[in-house]
Amino acid sequence: MVKKRKLGRGVAIVGAGMSKFGMFKDKDSKDLFTEAFNEMTASVNKGIDPNDIDALYLGNFSNDFFMHQSHWGPIIADIIGTVPKPATRTEGACASSALAFREGIFAIASGFYDIVLVGGLEEMSKRTTEEVAEGLALATVPYEGRAGFTFPGVFGAIATAYFEKYGANREHLMNVTIKSHNNAPLNPKAQFKLTIRDMMNVKVESAKKKGLPVTEWIDEKDFLRDPRANPVVAWPMHLYDCCPISDGASCMLLVAEEIAKNFTDAPIYVAGIGQGSGRGLHACKDFTYFEATRYAAQEAYGMSNLKPEDIQFAEVHDCFSIAELLHIEDLGFFEPGEGYKAVADGLTRLNGTKPINTSGGLKCKGHPVGATGISQLYEVWTQLRGKAGKRQVPIDDLRVGGAHNLGGTGGTCTFTILERR
Amino acid sequence: MQERPFSDISYEQFLNEERLMGSRCTQCNALYVPPRPICVECHRGDMSWEEMTGKGKLSAFTCIAIGPSFMIAEGYHRKNPYCSGVVELEEGARVDARIEGVDPKNPETIKIGLPLSVKFLHRKEDESLKTYLAFRPS
Ligand SMILES: [Zn+2]
Repeated sequence: MVKKRKLGRGVAIVGAGMSKFGMFKDKDSKDLFTEAFNEMTASVNKGIDPNDIDALYLGNFSNDFFMHQSHWGPIIADIIGTVPKPATRTEGACASSALAFREGIFAIASGFYDIVLVGGLEEMSKRTTEEVAEGLALATVPYEGRAGFTFPGVFGAIATAYFEKYGANREHLMNVTIKSHNNAPLNPKAQFKLTIRDMMNVKVESAKKKGLPVTEWIDEKDFLRDPRANPVVAWPMHLYDCCPISDGASCMLLVAEEIAKNFTDAPIYVAGIGQGSGRGLHACKDFTYFEATRYAAQEAYGMSNLKPEDIQFAEVHDCFSIAELLHIEDLGFFEPGEGYKAVADGLTRLNGTKPINTSGGLKCKGHPVGATGISQLYEVWTQLRGKAGKRQVPIDDLRVGGAHNLGGTGGTCTFTILERR
Repeated sequence: MQERPFSDISYEQFLNEERLMGSRCTQCNALYVPPRPICVECHRGDMSWEEMTGKGKLSAFTCIAIGPSFMIAEGYHRKNPYCSGVVELEEGARVDARIEGVDPKNPETIKIGLPLSVKFLHRKEDESLKTYLAFRPS
C-alpha cells in the first residue's frame, strides 16, 4: 500500500499558457517560452505582476544535447524578468515538466513561497531525425541500448508482450491513432491538424496532381495497414504509432489556495498528485503495465479521496499508441487487458464515457519532451474552465480531470488530478 | 572469479569470456542478471556469482528498421531490420539481447515462447574487444 499523503496547504492554478507545438525553423526556446508566458499572463483575469513571482521551476530534458546549451532555469528567468528570484531546472526525461509542477506545489504547500511559475520547454527539430533518436535513447536503460533497442523498440517489445497476453493486435493500436487524429483538428495548438481520413485525401489529391498512380484506400485502417503509407519503425510500432519530433513550451502559475481568488475568478485546484519510478524492461515482472504509473496513481487517488471512476477525462502519455492502452489500465479506468476493447468500443473518444487525450495527445499535439507534462495539465485546466472550444468534453458538470506523464521507458511517471470547485 | 565486483564492468568481462553471469542473494535466493551488488528484494543478503546455462525463451521482441549508429554500422537499415528482444532464462531472470536466426522482415513468424540459446557476438571497437549478448533459436 502507498502511504496516504496530503499537502501542507492547498495549491491552485490561476493561469496557464502554451506555445503552438510543431517544428519551427524561425523560433527558438526563448521565443516559445515567451509565447507560453504571454498567454499565461493574459489568462490571469485579475492580473499578475511578474515581480510577484517568488520562483521558477522549469522542466527540460535535454536542450543540452539538442541545442548544446544547458542551464535553462536562469536563461528563462531572465527573459521573463524574474531574475534574481531563484530558477531551478528539473529533469525526468519526457516527464521533466511534471516534476517542475510538483516542485512548485511542494514549495507553496510548505509555506515557503506563495506564487510560483512552473514550466517546461524543448527544442528538438533543429537536429536530424537520427540525432533526435540518439538523444532520446539517452533516456533508456544502458542494457537496452546495447541490445540494439531504440525508444520505439522498447515500446514495440511491450506491444508484443501485450498482444500475447491479452489477444490484442495491430488493428487495436490503429484505433488509438485514429481517435487521436480525430481530436487533433479541434486543437489550434496541435502539430498535426489532419484526421487520418484527411491525410488519405491529401495523398490521393497530390498523386492525382503529379499524375502518379493513385492508391484508393477503403478506410483508415486500410491506409494504416499499407506499408508505403505507414512504414514500420520498430515492429509492431509503425510511423503512425509514434509521436513526432517537436518544439514547444508550456507554463502555469501556481499560488496558495487562500489567495487564488485575488488572481482569477476561475481557479483550478490541485486535488491529487503522485509520482513513481520504474526500472528497465528486463527487470520488470510483467511488460504489460508500468509499475511507476500504478504507484503514482495510488498516491494521487489516496491524496484526493477520488477513484478512477471519478476522473471524467484524462490526458495520458501516448508517446506510442501501445502506451495509451497500458496507461488507461494502470490508472484504473479499465481493467488490465480491457483497455484495447474500451478503445475499440469508442469509450475513449471525445464523446465517449472516458475521453482520453482530447488535445490529440502526444501523437498529434506534438511532444517537445520537456514541455509535455505541463501541456497535458494545460489541456485539463482548459477543459475544466470550459474553454476547449470544439474539443470541449461534452459533459455538463465537468469538474475532475487527470494528467499522466511518463519519462523514458517508464522510469519516471506522474499522475495529477485537477478539479474545479 | 569470486574477487570480481558485482558490476556491469565484471558482467561485460565475463561476456568477453563467453560466460553469462548473474548474482544470487545468499539470504533470499533472488537472482539478478546483469548482476546487482545490492539485493533489492531483501536488502540483507550478500551476493555470489552464478553462471547461467544460456538457455531460455523469448518473452518480448521488436524488429527495428531505424536503429542506433552502431547497428547502422553493422549494415542494418530500413530494408534490413534486426530483432532485439527480452529473453527469459531458464533460471528465471530476464536479459535484453539481440535475437539472431529469426526473420526480422517477417516479424509475424517470430513467436513469443521461442526456445533460444545464447550466442556471444565479439566486436572490435576502438582497439578493445566488446561482446554483445545475443540469442538464437535452440
Ligand atoms: Zn535477497
